[in-house]
Amino acid sequence: MSEKNEWPLWEVFIRGHHGMSHRHVGSLHASDAEHAIRNARDVYTRRNEGVSIWVVEATNVSASSPSEKGPMFDPSRDKVYRHPTFYDLPDEAGKM
Amino acid sequence: MLDTVNPLFEFLLRQGDNTLILGHRTSEWCGVGPALEEDIALANTALDLIGQTQLWLDYAAEVEGKGRSTNDLAFLRDAYAFRNILMLEVPNEDFGRTLMRQFLFDAFQVPWLTLLQDSTDQRVSDIAVKSLKEALYHLERSRGTVISLGDGTEESNRRMQQALSFLWPYSGEVFCDDEIDYAMAKVKVAPLPSEIRSIWLETVEGAFNLAYLIKPEGDFAHSGGRAGVRHTEHLGHMLATMQVLQRSYPGAKW
Repeated sequence: MSEKNEWPLWEVFIRGHHGMSHRHVGSLHASDAEHAIRNARDVYTRRNEGVSIWVVEATNVSASSPSEKGPMFDPSRDKVYRHPTFYDLPDEAGKM
Repeated sequence: MLDTVNPLFEFLLRQGDNTLILGHRTSEWCGVGPALEEDIALANTALDLIGQTQLWLDYAAEVEGKGRSTNDLAFLRDAYAFRNILMLEVPNEDFGRTLMRQFLFDAFQVPWLTLLQDSTDQRVSDIAVKSLKEALYHLERSRGTVISLGDGTEESNRRMQQALSFLWPYSGEVFCDDEIDYAMAKVKVAPLPSEIRSIWLETVEGAFNLAYLIKPEGDFAHSGGRAGVRHTEHLGHMLATMQVLQRSYPGAKW
């Protein structure tokens, strides 16, 4: 099958039974959005993994460049004070 | 006929044999589907249908009360004892015919199971409730695929039209009421199949219009499968494959 005849690639996001947000679970091929949702249902939720599905055509995902990983992410590695771990939480506040 | 058979048993065999035979045909796609996604979807559908079969034939075996188990009914009956409609036993041929057949069947199963939910027989009602959820998804999927392929390329449209022309004369059998159907309707276990023909027609014609497919002329219906009068030559071959393990190793367990 030539590249031209391949169905486009879609990224699949599933929200689990106890999850608050959709998580990326993988990708698949489908001819359109509805087809992609049906395929996602059959490929990624057959073991009762989810209650909601999002699909996004992969070409619509903009990604950061792996070659810029250093400048992008290294500067935040030594700034531990950005983690709120230096506060004493009162018990009444509960789990944060 | 009714003097010699138990109509409820016959009715249950018709339900369970439809899902068993279509389930097995669908399972033949396992590993050879046209795309990984479709392969898994077909396997899921097959498993749903085999699961429904288990419910129907469990109950059939109980109603018959002759000591035959669910597995005996599935794997030790010969072709003449099956009560499925003929449409479900003809070979898959290609992906197009497989999905067209699934659609024609799903378009029947959804209204049929919907009404069976109100059966006076609690077991029948329970099985219908459980099966309907699966059938609704099967219909969404098969309908979508039929429309996509009909309204696809010249080649896909040609194949879908060919599939429809081939299957159409088989699609009417399920609506031919007979003594068993009258007996079931009388005690309100099930409605008459003919009652849902107009709903079915509306569903399939609506999809054909969107799919640029032409409904074949004529009302001729190949029949005899559900009545147990005759089957196509294909059923015996299919059963030979499906039943080989239990035939070769009687009583073998997983």
